[in-house]
Amino acid sequence: MAIVPNPHKTTGIMGWIDDRFPATKLWKDHLTEYYAPKNFNFWYYFGSLALLVLVNQLITGIWLAMHYKPDAKLAFDSVEYIMRDVPWGNILRYMHSTGASAFFLVVYLHMFRGLLYGSHKKPRELIWIFGCLIYLVLMAEGFCGYVLPWGQMSYWGANVIFNLFGTIPFIGPDLVIWIQGDYIPSDATLSRLFSLHVVFLPFALVGLVVAHLIALHEVGSNNPDGVDIKKFKDPVTHIPLDGIGFHPYYTVKDIVGVCVFLILFVAVICFAPDGGGYLLEKPNFQEANPLVTPEHIAPAWYFGAFYAMLRATPSMFSSALPGVIVMFGAVLILFLLPWLDKNPVKSIRYKGTLTKVTTMVFAADFVMLNYVGLQPPTALFTLLSQIGTIYYFAYFIGLMFFHKFEKSKPVPERVTS
Amino acid sequence: MKSVSLISKLAVAGLAFAVSGTAMASGGHALPYSYVADVDNLPSVQRGASAFMGYCSGCHSMKYLRYSRVGQDLKIPEDLLKANLMFTSDKVGDQIISSLSKAEGAKWFGQAPPDLTLETRARGEDWVYSYLKSFYVDPTRPMGVNNLVLPGASMPHVLWEKQGWQKKAEAEHHEGGEAAHGEKKEGEHAEAAGHGHASPFTLVQQGTLEPREYDKFVGDIVNFMAYAAEPGRSHRQSLGIKAIVYLLILLGFAYLLKKEYWRDVH
Repeated sequence: MAIVPNPHKTTGIMGWIDDRFPATKLWKDHLTEYYAPKNFNFWYYFGSLALLVLVNQLITGIWLAMHYKPDAKLAFDSVEYIMRDVPWGNILRYMHSTGASAFFLVVYLHMFRGLLYGSHKKPRELIWIFGCLIYLVLMAEGFCGYVLPWGQMSYWGANVIFNLFGTIPFIGPDLVIWIQGDYIPSDATLSRLFSLHVVFLPFALVGLVVAHLIALHEVGSNNPDGVDIKKFKDPVTHIPLDGIGFHPYYTVKDIVGVCVFLILFVAVICFAPDGGGYLLEKPNFQEANPLVTPEHIAPAWYFGAFYAMLRATPSMFSSALPGVIVMFGAVLILFLLPWLDKNPVKSIRYKGTLTKVTTMVFAADFVMLNYVGLQPPTALFTLLSQIGTIYYFAYFIGLMFFHKFEKSKPVPERVTS
Repeated sequence: MKSVSLISKLAVAGLAFAVSGTAMASGGHALPYSYVADVDNLPSVQRGASAFMGYCSGCHSMKYLRYSRVGQDLKIPEDLLKANLMFTSDKVGDQIISSLSKAEGAKWFGQAPPDLTLETRARGEDWVYSYLKSFYVDPTRPMGVNNLVLPGASMPHVLWEKQGWQKKAEAEHHEGGEAAHGEKKEGEHAEAAGHGHASPFTLVQQGTLEPREYDKFVGDIVNFMAYAAEPGRSHRQSLGIKAIVYLLILLGFAYLLKKEYWRDVH
């Protein structure tokens, strides 16, 4: 199919541009004539909010990088310089540090929405895969960024993560040195994490977000009923009967969501930027010291669940490799979700009791693992994290079978309002 | 179904425990006193600045804080700043650096006195308040004192002339009885001191300040240190109120706009 320049036959200045660049076409295809189901609910705010937080991170990050020094001797001081001597520096820094947590929160809710309404199912498998890649890159981005202030927890957290690679048989110890660029996390490590954090990973993130949206706009949005709105189109206009233009309907609706989100976001930035020690940890107000280990090394809250799984898995042959495999497996199993979920029904609204209950327990389980992962490993917490880890994987395997043991409700032909 | 409900019960129980465990875990090490700093109490922060410069800055630096910033934020004119708070420098743009070098400090005390700019954020306001109130006589230590909050601390009891000397209370005092009762009463009177804690110390020789006045003195220092740890705190809080008021108004308009556009969606 040949490309037709200016398919919308615009004239004047827009015509001149559209003859050379598909400005009007892009605007119509992705906004005004991208028809989204009209029954989006609360859960559908988190996609646009994730985009908002991404932009927040990019913009505040640009300004932070103007003042931050990626040097083990200067990094910690430069962060305090930003906090004190750079005009609005403290707000920029808190927007960025709170934004990181907000990003994970919003993305977790966005992913859960996908799970609830079957947004990963055919024909949206690639949207889900791109989403999982975004999540993976986000984890790497979060980790690198966490190390940059070069506080005690930055340093020792990085130490724990790097040593995970050391559990790989044969090449592990050499791999750690290669990744760190030194025998311990040091200036060499900080510089390369800075490079990844501000160049490679943001590029990858933005590219994947574009791919995520292109794939979404190719097949169209799912909805809380999990029905295909393209089945019923207006015979004349060919617009789906249950579809409305993303712009202006969802842009004005998302602005409401953005306002509510920003109120909460500003409240944290201005009144509780430390988040009670969960958003900015106390040990990170002490400069990194390779000679003093903090008494309790805890990951950032958004990695709690995976850290819990790592600790829950017993060592084998005095190697923590099984834990590392379980931890990475927990992320990788997300990629398989579209094929593990064999339920013919998309939306949880019309699935049976078994799927409903196990899905709610799964959400509670993930929250519990996140909490337990941040606590010192007492016997009880270890037991809870073991039960939680087993349930986490059992749920994904169970998605292959749940529908055989439950009675689904009839799925409507068109969306319900 | 049975196994599912068992799993769900376990998860719910786990969650309930996790929530109830928060209070326990956030407490960490039990501190003898609790304190919430008030950085908006300007006279107190000013008194704290003066006390810090007089008693602490001989050994401890605040390398991330400039004198000029202290003067500007605490509304202290430059001449008063120079005369009363600046002992190691006469340039107001300088950072607060102690005249004790790191090497000398390490030689004198075994380890160099740490920089205190971020101490209240690194350890907590509670911790600093408790630390300054928890020196007790211990002849086995080189400085003759030990600290309940930081056992084996190498710092001498610099504020002894203010507080006097205290001994660690005997174990039975914790159980109750008249002595503990008396201590508790004193704690209740003390401004912003921990509630209901029986004091773990008995004062053996009082300094120039009454216990209540000493609590206030320490509170001033912690207020100043909390200010020093984040000079932008008051600004971000007042900014937050303005931003939220603006966003609430915007939310109202955004909601009306949405309603208007969505009138034709059925």
